[in-house]
Amino acid sequence: MPELTKRERMKMERTDMPMRDACDRATDFEEVNLGYTSAMAVLEASRCIECKRAVCIDGCPVGIRIDDFLRYVAEGDIASAAAVIHEDNLFPAICGRVCPQESQCEGACVLDKKGRPIAIGHLERFVADRERTRSLTEPPRLTPPTDRKVAVIGSGPAGLACAGDLAREGHAVTVFEALHELGGVLVYGIPEFRLPKEIVASEISRLEKRGVRFETDVLIGSGTTLEELTSEEGFDAVFIGTGAGLPRFPGIEGEELIGVYSANEFLTRVNLMKAHESESETPVYDLYGRSVVVIGGGNTAVDAARTSLRLGADPVKMLYRRSDSEMPARREEIEHAIEEGVEIRYLVAPTSFNGVDGWLESVTIQEMRLGEPDESGRARPEAIKGAFETIEAAVAIIAIGNSPNPVLTRSTPDLATTKWGTIEVDEGTGETSIPGVFAGGDITTGGATVILALGAGRKAAAAINEYLVS
Amino acid sequence: MDRRFAICGASTIGPDIVRLVVEAPRVAAHAQPGQFVIVRVNDHGERIPLTICDSDPEAGTITLVVQAVGSTTTQLNVMTIGEHLADVLGPLGTPTGIDRFGACVVVAGGVGTAIVLPVARALTRAGNRVTAIVGARNEDHLILLNEMRDATNEVIITTDDGSAGRHGLVTDALGTLLAEGDVDYVFTAGPIPMMQAVAGTTRDKRILTVASLNPLMVDGTGMCGGCRVTVGGESKFACIDGPDFDAHAVDFITLSKRNTAYLEFESCRFDEATEAIDA
Ligand SMILES: Cc1cc2nc3c(=O)[nH]c(=O)nc-3n(C[C@H](O)[C@H](O)[C@H](O)COP(=O)(O)OP(=O)(O)OC[C@H]3O[C@@H](n4cnc5c(N)ncnc54)[C@H](O)[C@@H]3O)c2cc1C
Ligand SMILES: Cc1cc2nc3c(=O)[nH]c(=O)nc-3n(C[C@H](O)[C@H](O)[C@H](O)COP(=O)(O)OP(=O)(O)OC[C@H]3O[C@@H](n4cnc5c(N)ncnc54)[C@H](O)[C@@H]3O)c2cc1C
Ligand code: FES
Repeated sequence: MPELTKRERMKMERTDMPMRDACDRATDFEEVNLGYTSAMAVLEASRCIECKRAVCIDGCPVGIRIDDFLRYVAEGDIASAAAVIHEDNLFPAICGRVCPQESQCEGACVLDKKGRPIAIGHLERFVADRERTRSLTEPPRLTPPTDRKVAVIGSGPAGLACAGDLAREGHAVTVFEALHELGGVLVYGIPEFRLPKEIVASEISRLEKRGVRFETDVLIGSGTTLEELTSEEGFDAVFIGTGAGLPRFPGIEGEELIGVYSANEFLTRVNLMKAHESESETPVYDLYGRSVVVIGGGNTAVDAARTSLRLGADPVKMLYRRSDSEMPARREEIEHAIEEGVEIRYLVAPTSFNGVDGWLESVTIQEMRLGEPDESGRARPEAIKGAFETIEAAVAIIAIGNSPNPVLTRSTPDLATTKWGTIEVDEGTGETSIPGVFAGGDITTGGATVILALGAGRKAAAAINEYLVS
Repeated sequence: MDRRFAICGASTIGPDIVRLVVEAPRVAAHAQPGQFVIVRVNDHGERIPLTICDSDPEAGTITLVVQAVGSTTTQLNVMTIGEHLADVLGPLGTPTGIDRFGACVVVAGGVGTAIVLPVARALTRAGNRVTAIVGARNEDHLILLNEMRDATNEVIITTDDGSAGRHGLVTDALGTLLAEGDVDYVFTAGPIPMMQAVAGTTRDKRILTVASLNPLMVDGTGMCGGCRVTVGGESKFACIDGPDFDAHAVDFITLSKRNTAYLEFESCRFDEATEAIDA
């Protein structure tokens, strides 16, 4: 491509992500986005105006050298771009798909002021997919084996990232996972149509090649305790990445009715247990032609709504208690959901689930308005007196957030926790109140993001390495 | 990875009821009375909860007693030595609170006998005087009687048709015991209506009564909330807060209703599983 001037570049349009037609995709679980072609990627990357100080990097929670990787893509050198990304992000194929770019790198991009930030997420995904399918880069050189053993509890992004880095340093790493599959929320929560499971599996097999051992079906703290890992099984250090997996319920009437699901249960039945496939033994309510109401406004709520659509539900309504601009889900997913036919109602909150003979039939909702900002800085929703409405619902899915899973913390009395049940850690190292025990990801922050969990896992890995060699 | 969870013992102990001994060293090393495992038979199998009836830490094995009521339990009923389960996760749940209560009665119905047995053993070991009431439809459906006799001071049998022991319900026998003298603690496991009736029998006398509940479960780790039960007006997750709860506070009607959530789906699957095995 000929050298373009800065002015010319600023005039270029953002390259849209090719995607499947909304009618088509809303009936199956295949991925929605199709990915850039090489030509598209080069074109998009060459829009970068190469700011002297690349502010996009400040927006990235793990500080990827975005300017360098974009320049390599514009030059068509995908292998070098991949190498740059890999320095800071172990799982770019995942993050390129699920990061909230609009509030991170792309939100910081100076072109965002014109409403056309560089599509950094799409490009990250492009580079990672090329690298993964064509093995463009060499696997990292591993440090010769040390005689140190590390236990990683939980195989979500935090645990996987920590395990990957420690294995590269030559330590013998075992990851313990409670479920029968590895990947945490990446496999049981985020649906196939946003994040194909094959990608998660290929990242895990890379870690296996680095020598990481995985043991599924072990819930540390119920049976084997954390203390036993160090005292009896000879682990020299432990990383806890057990996530925020305990679903919250709103505490209103009728939650016990058949038809009221937590989003975790609904998504687990479909994503992990494949309840929608004919050979699966796990049931899920028949949603075909029935009305589904989803409560919440985050990624989990959007995923539950779009999964319901794919199981044939009609209509699918999301109820969110604040307004559009406060909705925490990724922008792209909200847009996709609306295109697919999800109806979003803002400023409403459920007050009761109503049923007949134990089965859900409707949800009573109350209209809200926005009041003064709360501690989080977002406007606090207030009930409008007397403004109630009852809407039909065969199934209601609750996605109002998760608390930290208490199994491990309850069985480890020495582990200091906050009043929210999250584990207290040193910000810089992830070290907990127990020497040699580190933690990171949702178990320390409460429900957050994949990239923050990855970042925390790697930070802890560096601290664990230091702890082991010193 | 080497295949884990080999079956090293399988025997039929009642109509459609088998005892399986399964290799699961981590579970065996830690299992306590009242705890359970989540089992998956194969890669497209459902995750189902089963009580750890016994465990042998040295051999690294646990004993499960399974009654065929649906698809997964029917598949388990025909498994043989040398086969493997896809997954065994556990021990799960809060162990039964064992104390020196005094005079204890354990009340079991049907396959609930397998759930009661490890608790009866632990109560006896803790120095209690333990009476077991074991009920079943008829003589054929009585299981684990010798084990129960070894574990307790006395076993009272009741059958619906009078083919063995006393003719009548477990609650008749329990009522008699309550009328005769002091009972300090009651533990019960079995069909929901039976547990509800046991709670009704001991309520007026305010005898500490614990029921081991059996809601539908998925993960068994607190992640899905599908196992929630209403206890004292509050919602609890049976897989981590239970499965034992104060029987006088449990909303059995809701529990029994919630367990019918997938009845239609399950009966199709059951037919398929039975046909596959008959074929
Ligand atoms: C439906 C859904 C959609 C989401 N979408 C997005 C998105 O688009 N973008 C984004 O950035 N973030 C998203 N998130 C949030 C993101 O997935 C989480 O922040 C992230 O997965 C946290 O990673 P983690 O490693 O801390 O924990 P998790 O991913 O929760 O993994 C924890 C793992 O530990 C296991 N475990 C728990 N306790 C034990 C124990 N005692 N012993 C052994 N194993 C244990 C669990 O089974 C689990 O596999 C979403 C979350 C959900 C639920
Ligand atoms: C903590 C706990 C411990 C248990 N321990 C044992 C045990 O030691 N031995 C044993 O045989 N069973 C036990 N159960 C019950 C066992 O889990 C169910 O029978 C099993 O899940 C049924 O699976 P299925 O696929 O064979 O039948 P499904 O096709 O799922 O169901 C068939 C029929 O069984 C009913 N059913 C399903 N799940 C349950 C349940 N949890 N309780 C009662 N009825 C149910 C359904 O309503 C339906 O009528 C236990 C349950 C719990 C929660
Ligand atoms: S079985 Fe999922 S939370 Fe208890």
